[in-house]
Amino acid sequence: MMTRSLIVQRISRWLAPFIFIYGLQVILYGHLSPGGGFPGGVILASAFILILISRGKEEAGRRLPLSRAGRFDNTGALVFLAVGLLGFVLGGSFLANFLQRLFPGRPFSLLSSGTIPVNNLAIGLKIWGGIFLAVLFLSVLRVGGDPDRGLKTMEEE
Amino acid sequence: MTVLLLSLLLFMIIAAVIALYTEELISAVIAAGAVGFGSSAVFLLLRAPDLAITQIVVEVIALVLLIRTTLHLSGRGVGEGPSGPRVRAAGLFCLAVLVSVLFALPRLPRFGEPVMDRIAAAPSGFYLERGLELTGSANLVTAILLDFRAYDTLGEATIIFTAVLGALTLLSRKCLTSCPAGREEEGER
Repeated sequence: MMTRSLIVQRISRWLAPFIFIYGLQVILYGHLSPGGGFPGGVILASAFILILISRGKEEAGRRLPLSRAGRFDNTGALVFLAVGLLGFVLGGSFLANFLQRLFPGRPFSLLSSGTIPVNNLAIGLKIWGGIFLAVLFLSVLRVGGDPDRGLKTMEEE
Repeated sequence: MTVLLLSLLLFMIIAAVIALYTEELISAVIAAGAVGFGSSAVFLLLRAPDLAITQIVVEVIALVLLIRTTLHLSGRGVGEGPSGPRVRAAGLFCLAVLVSVLFALPRLPRFGEPVMDRIAAAPSGFYLERGLELTGSANLVTAILLDFRAYDTLGEATIIFTAVLGALTLLSRKCLTSCPAGREEEGER
C-alpha cells in the first residue's frame, strides 16, 4: 500500500462533511432556491468521491458500502415512480402533483409545493448512490490490473 | 404527415427485428443504427428539432464506436486507407456546419429578448405567470423539471439508472476475471 499525503488526508477528512451538508441543503431547498435532486445528489456523491480519491477505496467502501449505494439507487428510482403512480391514482394523471392540491402549503416555506420536495429527495438519493457506484467501479477497474495506479500518478504530480 | 410517420415507424420496427435476428454482428449494429436514425427523423417530423439533433449526435458516435468494436472483435480491423478522402470529407463537414450556422444565427432570438415576447402562446410565459400558483414552488426551474415536465425528468433518471446498471454489469465482470481488487469488492455484495 502506498502512502498518501497527510495534508491531503486531513483536509479531505475535514472537508467531506461540509460538502455533504451542502449537498443536503441543495436537495432540501431545491424548490425554493437554485438546486434540486440532480446537482444535490452529485454533490453528496462528490463528498464520498473525495474520500475515495484522498483515502482510498477501502475507506470509501467502509463509509458507503457498495450494497447500500445500490439500495440508494434503487430506492430513489422506485420512490420517484411510486409518486408518479400515486399521482395517477389520486391526481388523475401520471406524475400529477396531488400533494399540492390536497395540502397547499405556504409558498416560499420549506413544506410547500407538494410532491416536488419528495421527488427531489428521491432523485438526490438515486444520483448519490448511482454516481458513487459508477466512480467506485471505474476506480477499481484499471487496465493492467493495478487498481491503485491512477491514484499513484495523481500523487506524484 | 401521418403516412410518413407510420412508414418511418414501420421501417424502425423492421430494422429492430432485423437487428435482433440477423446472424452477423455488424449487420445487427447497422440495423440498430437505422432504428436510431429513424427515431431522429421522427423527432424532426414531430417538431422537436433539439431532440433530433441530440439523437443524431448520440447515434453517430454510438454507431462509430460499435462498428469499430465489432470489427475489432471479429479480427478484421479497420483499414487505414489513403488520407485524401478523409481530409476532404472533414472539410466538407466543416463547410456544411459553417453554412448552416450562418443561416441559423440571424434567426436566433437576441440576448435579453425572450421568446415569449415574440410569441404570446409560448409555454415559457405561461410557466412564469402561473408556475407559483399551480405548483407552489418558488424555484420555477424545479417547478418545470418536477411538475410540468416531470415525465422528462423520470426519463433522465431512468437513463442514469440504466447507465449505472450497464457500467456495473460490464465492469464487475471484467473485475471478476482480471483485477485482484475487484474480488474483495464483489465479496461484500
